[in-house]
Amino acid sequence: MGRLNIGSLWQGLTGDRDGAGDRIVPPTGFTAQLTLFSAGAMAFLAVFALALALATGRLADRWSSELAGSVTVRVSAPVAEQDAVVQSALSILQTTPGAGTPRLLPQDELAQLLEPWFGPDMPVDALPVPALIDLPVEDDFDAEGLRLRLEAEVPGAVLDDHTEWRRPLVSAANRLRMLGIVSLMLIGAASAAMITLAAKAALAANVQVIRVLRLIGARDLTIATAFVRRFTRRAAMGSAVGTVLGMGAIAILPDASAAGGFLTGLGFQGADWLMPLTIPLIAAGVGFVATRWAALKMLEAVR
Amino acid sequence: MIEMRDVGFGYQGQDELLSGMTLTLQPGMFHFLTGPSGSGKTTLLRLCFADLLPSSGEMTAFGQDMRGLSRDAIADLRRRVGVVHQDPQFLDHLPLAENIALPLSIAGEEVDMDALRDLLGWVQLSQHARALPPSLSGGERQRAALARAVILSPDLVLADEPTGNLDWDMSMRLMQLLIELNKSGKTVLVATHDLNLIRATKAQVTARVLRITGGSLHLAGADL
Repeated sequence: MGRLNIGSLWQGLTGDRDGAGDRIVPPTGFTAQLTLFSAGAMAFLAVFALALALATGRLADRWSSELAGSVTVRVSAPVAEQDAVVQSALSILQTTPGAGTPRLLPQDELAQLLEPWFGPDMPVDALPVPALIDLPVEDDFDAEGLRLRLEAEVPGAVLDDHTEWRRPLVSAANRLRMLGIVSLMLIGAASAAMITLAAKAALAANVQVIRVLRLIGARDLTIATAFVRRFTRRAAMGSAVGTVLGMGAIAILPDASAAGGFLTGLGFQGADWLMPLTIPLIAAGVGFVATRWAALKMLEAVR
Repeated sequence: MIEMRDVGFGYQGQDELLSGMTLTLQPGMFHFLTGPSGSGKTTLLRLCFADLLPSSGEMTAFGQDMRGLSRDAIADLRRRVGVVHQDPQFLDHLPLAENIALPLSIAGEEVDMDALRDLLGWVQLSQHARALPPSLSGGERQRAALARAVILSPDLVLADEPTGNLDWDMSMRLMQLLIELNKSGKTVLVATHDLNLIRATKAQVTARVLRITGGSLHLAGADL
């Protein structure tokens, strides 16, 4: 069986030097529709799994970069001492290695942050709201060192490097991305199993045809190519339709928005739209390998 | 062409069916293979087109050791040996003409439509060219099988009880075709238990009659 290699099968698949072509394989009716439908459904699901993997990847990257990009210093002190304490904190922050220029959030930005909880009419000035300082940081920033220094020199100033609430989110996003990748792999494996079963069923139903072909001088390559070509084309056609439908469904999802959170960002961006186009090619490859394997197994039993 | 030297064969788990078979199929000769049912005629024919391998002895086809043939070499051998089975099988979804031309198609050769028409005319099946095989009678199927067996112009034509399911007239029609093939230079080997058929054929062509008895091969006597 060594000569029945991928290269010669691929030639048979793409060329028409095998004069008998697909006609030597009898029409398979239900099996054909089943293969087309299954390949289409799998491709549709693969588009969503791919979109999930890409979207969660973007989310994890964004959250990771935001996590690493800035920290917040919260300064709480009696009203009379607030300005002085804030100035002390600012002077420490300005001399902190790995930190950029600290920015004290003005009252209107504080009001915006509190608006979801207190409403737009709440007089923030009248509340004992702590001052917030936004500090851009670089990779070599030492959060723990700054925390200790603030504790020692500016009691009431607390460093929040967002780790506690962002880290679980990044972890969840990474796990979702992994889930998407695993889903893609499972879809690929299920597709291979489905096409293999369909091909085996078709081959088993056509043992007599294969026997006749062998008796009149057909080589294994000729017989295998006819079956492989049929199932590879079906897998490619079904998955192309499924992919187009899946991409259409993704296209009509709402655009990403802050209000919608993660779910509205479940789509493709820019060049990402090219990635689903590989699904029919991969499905054709899976169909090719699965049918080739099934055909080789079957031919071994026919002399 | 086909040479057997002390060839033995037994199906798995059974006693040896054929033993000490020594045979040379002479080019251009008409051969009969006869013997009672179950004597091993079909088995011997299957050895000739590499459907079975001998369990002992030496056997060559066109100078090649049968036991060393790869699967592709077996396919190539079968393009040089046309076989007509007692119950010929076709691809039932293809019209008769396509079935007959199938050996050419799978060998990657061009189908000469005029030659195909002539061949269909020779076996008197022109009017059935577009018919599907299941719609054909037994005699038509046998003649179609013969046409398919010779379309690649093989050196050797094997026929296994080709008249087993046919009446006398139809049997003689088929034998006439085999005689014509032999007269055109082809080597023919027909397995049959019908001694009348052998006698009737021998009246028209010089034929060598081989008989299998007790698992061994003998040249038949003057009674045939």
